[in-house]
Amino acid sequence: MHEFGVTENIVKIALDKASEVQSSKITKISLVVGELSGFTPDCIQFYFDFLSKDTIAEKATLHFELPPAQLRCRNCSTVFHPKDSEWDCPECHSQGVEIEGGRELYMESMEVE
Amino acid sequence: MKKIEVVQNILEANEATAAWNQQLLDKHKIFAINIMSAPGAGKTSLILQTVARLKSKLSIGVIEGDVASTVDAEKIANEVTAVVQINTRNMPESCSLIANMVDQALKSLPLEDIDLLLIENVGNLICPSEFALGEHRRVVISSLPEGDDKPIKYPMIFADADAVVINKLDFLPYVDFDIASFQNIVKGLNPKVEIFQLSCKTGKGIEDWCSWLLNERRKIENQNEK
Repeated sequence: MHEFGVTENIVKIALDKASEVQSSKITKISLVVGELSGFTPDCIQFYFDFLSKDTIAEKATLHFELPPAQLRCRNCSTVFHPKDSEWDCPECHSQGVEIEGGRELYMESMEVE
Repeated sequence: MKKIEVVQNILEANEATAAWNQQLLDKHKIFAINIMSAPGAGKTSLILQTVARLKSKLSIGVIEGDVASTVDAEKIANEVTAVVQINTRNMPESCSLIANMVDQALKSLPLEDIDLLLIENVGNLICPSEFALGEHRRVVISSLPEGDDKPIKYPMIFADADAVVINKLDFLPYVDFDIASFQNIVKGLNPKVEIFQLSCKTGKGIEDWCSWLLNERRKIENQNEK
């Protein structure tokens, strides 16, 4: 439910970039939203449809890349993808893990006309 | 059709405002902490206990974040130098404070007169971890009746905390909360975190927490003098 503000930022970044290159239509926006970022693509899509109305980003396709959570065991350095809330290392069962990936939240690129 | 490389952090606007907030706080030598927890874990109680111990030493300001009501601000108003209530109900983020809201709140606080700013975030273990406010330290409270599995269910907020407070220690005889296991999980996610065990009801453990606060404040002060 905190995607509204984030989607406002997405629309703003997209419109600013489009105006820099003097484009009249945004057709696609590629976003990277990590599994651990705390943001949900479906919600971003929902707010995007609403917030982009009557702008040059209206009807643009949102493309989501969803990097999975990646954890590194602090004990044996195994890198693994956690299953649900099981964050223990699958190799040595240590509970000490470092978050290596999955927190990404950025706009990668756009396509304009 | 033309492709444009963007590569821009979507939270950049919030992070820029947070950095600006921190500059403003540093300019006025204010040490700020962001207090986060689930609803009912004891954010307001911890603030009240902290104020009771430290108000003779420091002038304290409070920012209260809630979806609605001024209940918390009213509890605190008589105890501190200044309090501002933020209601997030009609804002784009109702589930968390964001840097812009703190920016606005700072405008109505007497910054010249404040040494310590306690920011009580909206009760929630998910959203607040994503939004920097300009604070110097992040604190997460977990209370015994909530159960010891919160760091497993909401790891991100614990991974980013500078301190974790285990509150309602007086409940220990009545609940199955494994403190050692909780501490192991939190330290596993975040080896540098300080963990405090206390009860805002009895006052047990508040002293250590307050010493840590004073110590961290000194660190920031020294850092800014350099």
